[in-house]
Parts: sequence; C-alpha cells; structure tokens
Amino acid sequence: MIENFQILYPEIFLSLSILIILMVGVFIKKSYNLVTNLTFLILLILIAILFNEKGNTLIFSDVFIRDSFSNIIKILILISSLLILYSSQIFIKENNINKFEYPIIFLIAILGMFFMVSANDLILFYLGLELQSLALYILTAIDRDNLRATESGIKFFILSALSSGLLLYGCSLLYGFTGSTNFEIINNELTSENIGAVFAMVFILVGLAFKVSAVPFHMWTPDVFEGSPSSITSFFAIVPKIAGIAVFIRFMQVPFENILIEWQSIVIFLSIASMILGAVAAIGQKNIKRLIAYSSIGHIGYALAGIATGTLSGYSSSILYIAIYAVMNLGIFGCIFLMKKDGKYTEEINDLSGISTKHPLISISFLIILFSLAGIPPLGGFFAKFYVFMSVVESEMYTLAIIGLLTTVISAFYYLKIIKIIYFDEIVKPFDENKNFSISGTIFISCIFLITFFLYPSIFNDLILTAVSK
Amino acid sequence: MIEIGLGHYLTLGAIIFSLGIVGIFLNRKNVIVILMSIELILLAVNINLISFSIFSGDILGQVFTMLILSIAAAEAAIGLAIIVIFYRNKGSIRVEDIHQMKG
Repeated sequence: MIENFQILYPEIFLSLSILIILMVGVFIKKSYNLVTNLTFLILLILIAILFNEKGNTLIFSDVFIRDSFSNIIKILILISSLLILYSSQIFIKENNINKFEYPIIFLIAILGMFFMVSANDLILFYLGLELQSLALYILTAIDRDNLRATESGIKFFILSALSSGLLLYGCSLLYGFTGSTNFEIINNELTSENIGAVFAMVFILVGLAFKVSAVPFHMWTPDVFEGSPSSITSFFAIVPKIAGIAVFIRFMQVPFENILIEWQSIVIFLSIASMILGAVAAIGQKNIKRLIAYSSIGHIGYALAGIATGTLSGYSSSILYIAIYAVMNLGIFGCIFLMKKDGKYTEEINDLSGISTKHPLISISFLIILFSLAGIPPLGGFFAKFYVFMSVVESEMYTLAIIGLLTTVISAFYYLKIIKIIYFDEIVKPFDENKNFSISGTIFISCIFLITFFLYPSIFNDLILTAVSK
Repeated sequence: MIEIGLGHYLTLGAIIFSLGIVGIFLNRKNVIVILMSIELILLAVNINLISFSIFSGDILGQVFTMLILSIAAAEAAIGLAIIVIFYRNKGSIRVEDIHQMKG
C-alpha cells in the first residue's frame, strides 16, 4: 500500500501547500499579493503533475481512485480556477476583498473537489463534498460588510446544508440496504428489486441536483450569483458545476449502473425542467449576473441531457459541454469585470447600451461569447450542443431532443437582446478605460477558443471519450 | 414487551429527519431555528447509520458517524459566523428580513 503513495501526490502537495501559504499569510503583513502569486504557482505545478499521471489505480482499500476521467476533470478545474483568479485580480483589489484568506479558501474548495471526483467510497465522497461546500459558504460571504453578499451567504448556507443533509440520508440508506460504502460493492449488491436502495438513490440524486443547481433545486442560484462579488460568482458559475457533473457521471457509471432505468427517468425530468426554466426565467432579468445564473441553470439542463442517455458518448458529450460552458463563462465574466463606470462596477444590462461605439473590442467579445452561449454555428457553443443532441438522438430520446432544441431557440432571444442593446441602443455613458492585460488576456483566450473550436472538434471529443470509457 | 428491532430505529430516524425538513420550511421567525433543524437532519442520519452498523455487524457505519459529527460541528461554526456578519449589517436575523434579492 505504501508503494502506491505516489498516486496521492497531487492531493498531498495541495494540502501541504495550503498549510504553508496559510502560515505565510498569517506571519507576513499585507501578504495578499504574495499569497496570490504563490497560489498561481501551486495551481501551475498541480497542472503539470496531473498531466503526467496515467493509468487506473485504486488505493487505501479501494477508497480513492485515480483514472484518466478524474485527471481530465481535475485539469479542467485547475485551469478554470487559474484563469478565474487571474482575471479577477483588479476586481478583487478595487472591491477591498483582497484578504490573504481569499486564494487559500479557493484552494481548499479545489482540494474538496479533487477528493470528490476521485472518491470511490461514500465516506470519502461526502468528506470531499463538505470540504468544498464549507469553503464555498465562506467565499460567498467574504465581502462581509456588504449586506447583499452576507444575505447570499445565509441563503446558500441554509439550502446547501439542507441538500447535504438529504444526500447524507440517502448515503445512510444506501449503506444500510447494500451493506457497504464502497462504490464497487454497492454496484454488485444493487438491483432494481432493492426498493430501499432505489429510495436512497432518489435522495442522493436530489443532493447532487442541488449542487449543480438543476431545477427544481435551483432556488439558491440567482440570489447567490447576484449577491456575491463577481469574482466569486465566476467561480460559482464554473468550477463546482464541473465537479458536480463529474460526480453525477461517476455515480451513474459505478454505484447506480444496475438501476439505470429508475435513475434515468429522474435525470430526464431534471434536464427538461432546467432547460425550460433556464430559457423562460432569464427573459425578464435586468441584472446581468442574475441573467447568467438562469442561463447557467439552462446549460446544466443540456449537460444533464447528455448524462440522461446513460451511454458513453452521452457522458463524454456532457463533459465536453461543461468544458465549453466553462470557457464561455470565463469570457463573459471577463467582460463583467470590465463593466465599470466612474470607478464603480455596474451589473445592469442597460448600462451596456450603445457601448459598441466607444468600446469595439469589448462589444465584439460580448458578441462572440453570447452567440456561442446561444449555440450559433460555427462557434464552440454550437458544437457542445451538437454533440449532446447527437448522443440524445442516438439513444432515441426524441422528446428530450425536441424540447432541448426548442429551449435553445427561446434562450437565443435574451442573448440576442443583450447584443441588440450593445449595438443598436443609444450610448449613455462609456466605461472607464482599463488597460489591464489579465482581463483582456482571459477574454482573448476564451474568444479564440470559441472561434477556432470548429477546426478540431473531434480531438477533444475523442480525448474525453477515451477517458470516460477507461 | 416488544422487541426493539432495526425497523424501530429507522422509524425514529425517519421521524427526526422529517421534523428537520419540516422545521426548515415551516419556520418563519429565526435563522437559528433553521440551524437547529439542519443539526436534527444530521442526527437522524447518525441514528440510521449507527443502527445499520449495529444490526449488520459492520464497523464502517460508526466510523462514518464520527466523521459526520465533526463535519456538523464545522458546519454549525461557519453557519453561525455567517449569521453574525449578517446581523452586523442588517441588525436582525429574522427570516422575513432576508429579502434583499428577489425575482
């Protein structure tokens, strides 16, 4: 067992470096910049370590699994967190939330997600989930003198703790009715005649749906997105969603493989409800972060549609979907970090009116990213939806595909409305000049990725497909 | 004299769990009560796990319970901290006062 210790190197490295930079933060005064730079370094080293990991291994009496699937998810998590932290530097400083705890809690949340996606046991899964949630509770309320941020903290805390409780109740029933917490053993014991275990599956599914904010468990999303600072919102919109979708797939592949029929019908319901609500509820929004919250609910619906098929191509398409979704959200939050008038950050959609005359570059990036979110070819968002719907149609779930396409059309309305406001409305007031490279660099990366994605769509798809199929 | 079996423990767990859920949704006054309801839910899970563990002769359930207890403590600490900073900003922790954002 000891000789397999190197399997755990990324997690050990991350935990130790969290402790070290915590000490750096405590003992050196005004250490926000130092700690942030160290965090970038840690994230880069972790990406390098994870790129070198290969093969499938189970360690610690089959509790912890390292396979190519978890590696891909971890690399996705790391790259998006790195870009989020990098692009939100200025925003964090100007909003006075540049406390040294900020990047450290960020890293703790990432550590929790690492254990979550690598868990092969209910206990480790729950511990990882809670480590992530506890870090996220703090992050929502980190701007502690702001009423809205603290309120979103309370809302997120209550609903997330409730969902953890539901999930845990499901875990306890699953343990009781199958006699083990290990995913492989649960998989062997579980049949659809085991009513108690099917009941437990529903509870676990509810908890997971809460974490990825699928309808009807989405109530916290708009308030948390609107209330917390934009830099935190961008983290919320991207990273926990990636981890949540990965865990969804892990649960479906290993412990619940034998009760696919029961689980499938619920996931189809979640997916359809999320797609419809995401398309309809976003139409009347005035705040851009609230709009993105609803749009992210809709996008989670599409990712769940891929999972609902229960096939390998479906799983890989939903991973690809969530990856492209992450890129699009990185870009759009980059644009939000640039929305600043007279030294104050604004979030109203009407403040964007007519900026195309003064800020052609911001406008064109908004155009590309919003077109991509709406799924217009040849941008990346189109291919994401294309792969999902292809796998849905292959599994002959035509209702799901038709509803998905209809909601895509509806949701195009509010994305195009923003573009109309940017390009055709009267200019009210231009934004402040921002010469910072970090934000424009992130937006540039995002736009280039989305524009050039059509040149090599299959490379990513094949990569993810081989990872999922082991 | 009735023999107390697994079913009784599970029923107790289910009742406490439902009390916790109902407590969150019916409570309109105080956020602290919601915190207590969340604790109730976790305790119901613990009852479940321990009874399963005893009746199946498997120690894992009890290990799980210890971990859940410590996590529940951490969660309560963070929850109370968030409630305190909210109180500082708003001057109240009544549930009706948590309504800045709607729609």
